[in-house]
Parts: sequence; C-alpha cells; structure tokens
Amino acid sequence: MGTTNDPFVTFSDVQKTYDGETLVVKNLNLRIEQGEFLTLLGPSGSGKTTTLMMLAGFEVPTHGRIEMGGVEINNVAPHKRNIGMVFQNYALFPHMTVEENLAFPLQVRKVAKDEIAKKVQRALDMVQMPQMSKRRPAQLSGGQQQRVALARALVFDPKLVLMDEPLGALDKQLREHMQIEIKHIHERLGVTVVYVTHDQSEALTMSDRVAVFNDGIIQQLAKPSDLYERPENSFVAQFIGENNRLSGKVASVNGKSCGVEIPNFGLVSAIPVSVQSVGSPTTLSLRPERVRINPESGAYANQFDAEVQELIYLGDHTRCRVSVLGNSNFIIKVANAEGVPSLTPGQMVRVGWKPEDCRALDAY
Amino acid sequence: MSVSAISDDRSTLKSRLRRAERVQRLRAIGLVLPLFLFILIVFVTPIIILMTRAVDNPEIADSLPLTSAALANWDRTDIPGEDVFAAFAVDLVAAQKNKATGLIGKRLNYEMPGTRSKVLQAGRAAEKLTAAPYKEAFLKIDPLWGEIETWKVLERASHRNTSFYLLKAVDLQCSADDEIVNVAPDQALFRDVFIRTLGISTLVTVATLLLGFPLAYMLATLPPKHSNILMILVLLPFWTSLLVRTTAWVVLLQTEGPINDLLLFLGLTDERLQLIFSRFGTVVAMTHIQLPFTLLPIYSVMRTISPNYVRAARSLGAGPFHAFWTIYFPQTMPGIAAGCLLTFILSLGYYITPALVGGPTDQMISYFVALYTNKELNWGQASALGTILLMATLVLYAVYNRLVGIDKMKLG
Repeated sequence: MGTTNDPFVTFSDVQKTYDGETLVVKNLNLRIEQGEFLTLLGPSGSGKTTTLMMLAGFEVPTHGRIEMGGVEINNVAPHKRNIGMVFQNYALFPHMTVEENLAFPLQVRKVAKDEIAKKVQRALDMVQMPQMSKRRPAQLSGGQQQRVALARALVFDPKLVLMDEPLGALDKQLREHMQIEIKHIHERLGVTVVYVTHDQSEALTMSDRVAVFNDGIIQQLAKPSDLYERPENSFVAQFIGENNRLSGKVASVNGKSCGVEIPNFGLVSAIPVSVQSVGSPTTLSLRPERVRINPESGAYANQFDAEVQELIYLGDHTRCRVSVLGNSNFIIKVANAEGVPSLTPGQMVRVGWKPEDCRALDAY
Repeated sequence: MSVSAISDDRSTLKSRLRRAERVQRLRAIGLVLPLFLFILIVFVTPIIILMTRAVDNPEIADSLPLTSAALANWDRTDIPGEDVFAAFAVDLVAAQKNKATGLIGKRLNYEMPGTRSKVLQAGRAAEKLTAAPYKEAFLKIDPLWGEIETWKVLERASHRNTSFYLLKAVDLQCSADDEIVNVAPDQALFRDVFIRTLGISTLVTVATLLLGFPLAYMLATLPPKHSNILMILVLLPFWTSLLVRTTAWVVLLQTEGPINDLLLFLGLTDERLQLIFSRFGTVVAMTHIQLPFTLLPIYSVMRTISPNYVRAARSLGAGPFHAFWTIYFPQTMPGIAAGCLLTFILSLGYYITPALVGGPTDQMISYFVALYTNKELNWGQASALGTILLMATLVLYAVYNRLVGIDKMKLG
C-alpha cells in the first residue's frame, strides 16, 4: 500500500469525448497510490476502458491533467511511459515465440543479451511456465497465453501495470484461479496495478480499492468491503452484489436514523445516506442475507408481513422470494443450517431487519 | 450388453457407419461433380492437349510414310541411298495428289528457311519421274537434295514426336551434328521475350505492392463508414472491362493526349513524351489494372489484425515505426504473399494491354502465342511457348512455396 503521501498517478478534472457531443468520461478526479491494486469496475460504456486507455497513452484527454510521479503525461507517447499492459485478448505477437514475445520490451530498451535471457527466464518462472519458451502463442491454451501476457507486461519492471479485462476469455474455474495468482504476484512485486473489469466478484476478490464507474462518473471509490456493506448510492448498491430495493418517501430524518414511508404499506426505519429533506423520494437498499424470517417479535425495529412466492434450493442456502411492502421480488437468503423453519410457497411469514442494515439512498 | 456382444458388433460397426454416411457422401459428390467435370473438360484437357501439341510432329510421318520408314535405316553418315530417294518419289507423288506437299514444305521450312518452294518444286517434278535412278533425278531437280543436312532434318522431322518446338521456344536447336546448340543470334528471340515477360511482371507486382500496401492499410484502419466508400473507388475500375480500361490508357497516354498536355502546361517537359507504345505505358496500365488483385488480399489480412498488437508493442516501449515494422508488417505477410503471387502470375499471361499500349519491344509471351496460333498457324510453336510459360510459372510457384509457404497464404 501507499508508502509516500504523494499519489503515484493523479487524474485532475479529466474529460474525454470522441465525437465532440457526449462526454465518455466526465470530470474524472482520481488518485492512485504507489503499490496499490485499483480496479475500475463498471458496465460497458461506463468510461472505465477509456480511462485506462488515457493512462496508457492511446487516447488523449480532451480536458484536464494526468500526472504520473508528479509529471504531467498528457502528451507523452505510449512507448515512453514505461507502463506494462495486459490486453483483453492478450495481444501476444503471433509470429514470435513466447521467449521472443518476452524479450521484445527488453530488446527495445537495448538490454544486454545475457541479461535478457535471465529476465525472460525469471518472468516465465514467475508465471509458472518455465518450459514453454519456444512455443508460439497459437500453441498455448487460453490460460497459458494469459500467463505469458502477464509475464510480458512485467518483464521490464514497470512501475505501473494496466490490465484490461485480462481474464474475460477464460472459463470460470481458471478465472478464479488466475485472480488469486495475479493478486499474489502483485503482493510479491509491489507494483501498482490498475485493473479494468465488469465482473464485480473479480473486483471484490483482487482489489485494494475499487472505483465503480457509471455514465462517465466514478460513483464510489472504496475498499471492497465498504462497497458492499456501505454503498453510497443506488447504482453501486444495485451493481455490487445482490440487493433488495424499496421505493418510498422520507417521512422523518433524525440524525443517524430516518423513517421512510412506503406508500400504502407502512413505515421503515433506516439510516440516511443520501437523502435530502423530509418528503423527498428515496430508495431503500437491503442485502438479502440481512433479512430474517419469522424473528422473535420485537427483535428488529422493522418487521412486516410477507408472503412466500418461490423457493430455490442452492445447497448451502435457499433463495426465498417473498412479496413484502408491495415488492414481489424481495429476495431473502436463508442459510440451510439447523433450526431453519421449512417454508412453502404461499405461506404467510413475518420478515424483519435492523435499521442499520437498511440504507436510504437516492431515488433510483 | 455383454462384452462379447460389443466386440461382435465392432466388425459390423464400420460397415454400418459407411452405410449411414453413404447418402451424405453421394450428395457431396453430386454437388461437386458438375464443377469437377467442367474443370476437367475445359481446363485440364486443353492443357494436356496443349502439352502434347508442343511435341506432336505428324506432318512428315503422315505425308511421307515410305520415306520415313526408309530413313529409319539410314546411317546418317552420307546422303541416303537409292532406296530412300525411290520412297521419296513415291511419297511425293501421293502427296501431290493429296495436296500435302504444301504441308511438308511448311514443316521443313520451320527448320530450314527457304525450302518450302523447293519442296513444292520437287513435288511437281516427282510426278514426271517414272523410273530409277531417282537419286540422280532429284539431285538434278535441286542441289538441296544432295546435301546431307537436308536429309538429317528430314529424318529428325520424320519422328512422330519432336523436341524442335520446345527447343525453339528457348532459342535452342539441334545442330547438324545432332547436338543441342543456341540458334543463330539473329534468330534468337524467345529468351529475351521470356525475360521481358518476367521483368514486366516483376515490375508490375512491385508497383502494385508499393501503391497498394499503404492504401490497404488506410482502408483497414479507417472507420467502416469511410473505408466502404474508398473501397468502392478501388473496386470501380474492377467492374469495368479490361479492354475499356486499356483503351482509356491509350487515350490518356497518347502523344497528343491529356497527360502530355498537362506536362507541357506545367512546364515539366519541353516536348511531348513518347508515353504510349513504350515500356512505361505498359507498366503503368498493367499496374492500374492489377492494383485491386494485390490490394484485396492484403486488405483482408489487415482487417483481421487487431489494433491491440501495435498498442501492445507501443506499451512495451517500441516507437511507432518500430512497432509497425516488427509487429504489424510481419503479420501482413500472408496477404502480401497472396496478392503478389496473384498479380505476378496474372501479369505473366497479359496480352491485350501490352498489345494495345506497348511498343514492339514490350510484347510479352502471350503475344507470340497468339501470333503463332492466329497468324502463322504454327500451333506446335504456340503450344511449346505455352508449355514453357506454364512450366516457368510452376517452378516459380514451387520456389515461392519454399520461401513463403502456400499454406500461409490468405486470399481473404
């Protein structure tokens, strides 16, 4: 993590438009610490890849400054930035062997021959592919190509490595394996990583911090646990993990708690996060695992009648869809442990949750 | 099912598979058969006929059968004996009746210019010869028949197959001593023509590559909206007849034509340049016509090259030119290989364009094939030239395959 107080990379008021009409990136301010693993997460078209491309030097910002190590790099050519990059489909040079691919950045830097051989071998050892140096990319599996691409981006010891959805083409199991492996390599080398993905579980698994992008704006920049536990707006609550939403109006605000009126159904107490004044619309966000079925009466401040709609058995837990407070898509995760009441669709139950698990956010 | 039952089945498994796939196989054959027959009849067969024509030599054997038989026993040291002359007389009489002496004269004329009239003369005279000694009679008709050279040529020409045309096609001939030697310098022609054909084709190929590569790169990297319009402009000449385009070049290049007008107007030249009927005009017109053939395979290969390769190279520290040259360019090789081979081989067979735009010293081998086919009616020579061109092309193709690898080639 950050060893100095000065950030390594700074985006100041950066904007980017391709057509001169719409901004793909709107007023981006972002500080990336030395040695940090930062993930840019967001749906496609949210501006995360454009941000990465501006950092790599393939796109020029239309407004604002990008600094690296205290120096403005807006107009520095990509090959002079000394930034390693892993591309979506690896972009391994098909007419070169693995060894030649890895030697490429070193040859460009006029590193001595025996030094190149040493560094290439070390990089291959690091990604656990010491035997593959003479093969061509087409002779490697997707996972192996991924490792080579990673080794190539690291072999010339860049201070910053960018990764543009590098695991997107791998199957689920390999992807999860590589996530851990990239995380370990990052920890070992202490290199700064900026990682782009649209997969939220990948972002949560690997990152020190995650910047959630939507509509060209960073919606929230926080540690993975904060992002999940304490989303600051409805988009983040909805995009990260599973989320129950209830729409209502603010009835009362009292410091760290507020009352939200769900029209025709009742009053829910919650913590105000981004509500304005009494009477303004709001969306309540509530994680499915924070809701209890048939709690002891009086155990929770929020207790309501619900009707079980559907039960889906998922091994360690059961997803229970109920209708409550006018929302028939309300999901409750019930752990399949001892003492869990058996439920049947159509059954009437009581559901309850704590006010501090229920966040009143902007109206979505 | 028990184990033994499975192994019993295995013997019939293959036959059952065959049965199951028979209908599909027949359908596949049925679909390909028309094209296969078409190619066999209009492409493979003519080539085989062409190649046999190049060595076919029926004229003397058919028209002078007895002479041919008699010459077979000749020792080739001195002029033949009475038996050969007797046979010759009988054959000539028969030939005179069948009006075949002209044919004999023409055939002999190929190898010994100026002998045609003497054969006709001998034919007419032979009808009056009634009794031996024929040898003396023929020697009296013309001293030609007393020369051993004449009989050697006649003997060689009496075989049903000959290497004469093929040798002639590369400016070689059989000497009087039955050795293969170069033809007299004033008769040598075809080697120059072949070299010229290869030279013009190489020039055109290089020109199309130099002009086409940057254009293909631009087309492949522009957004589709713009590249489609440009592509139509590239293809537009493609949709016009070859003859029309060549004639257009005739109009442009002629001495009183617009290009000369423009050059004079701009003051780049003081007098009108000889652009048409020149090597320059030929290469320009052929380059224009061949450009799409070189460009399209390169373009289609470039389209498949992800911009991420160059980006990766840039991010790894390579400058723009270095990234292009070491990463992008090698990946376009299959397209360059395909486009250049296509243009080169098509250029080898060019006929109309050099014939209309080129001068006498710019004619390529096809011109001579046409000349021997249509004007000289010497199909043996035309076939021999065609065969040599075909062989040269195949050799080049093989060399090319060795250097580049045909399997690496991509036509799109």
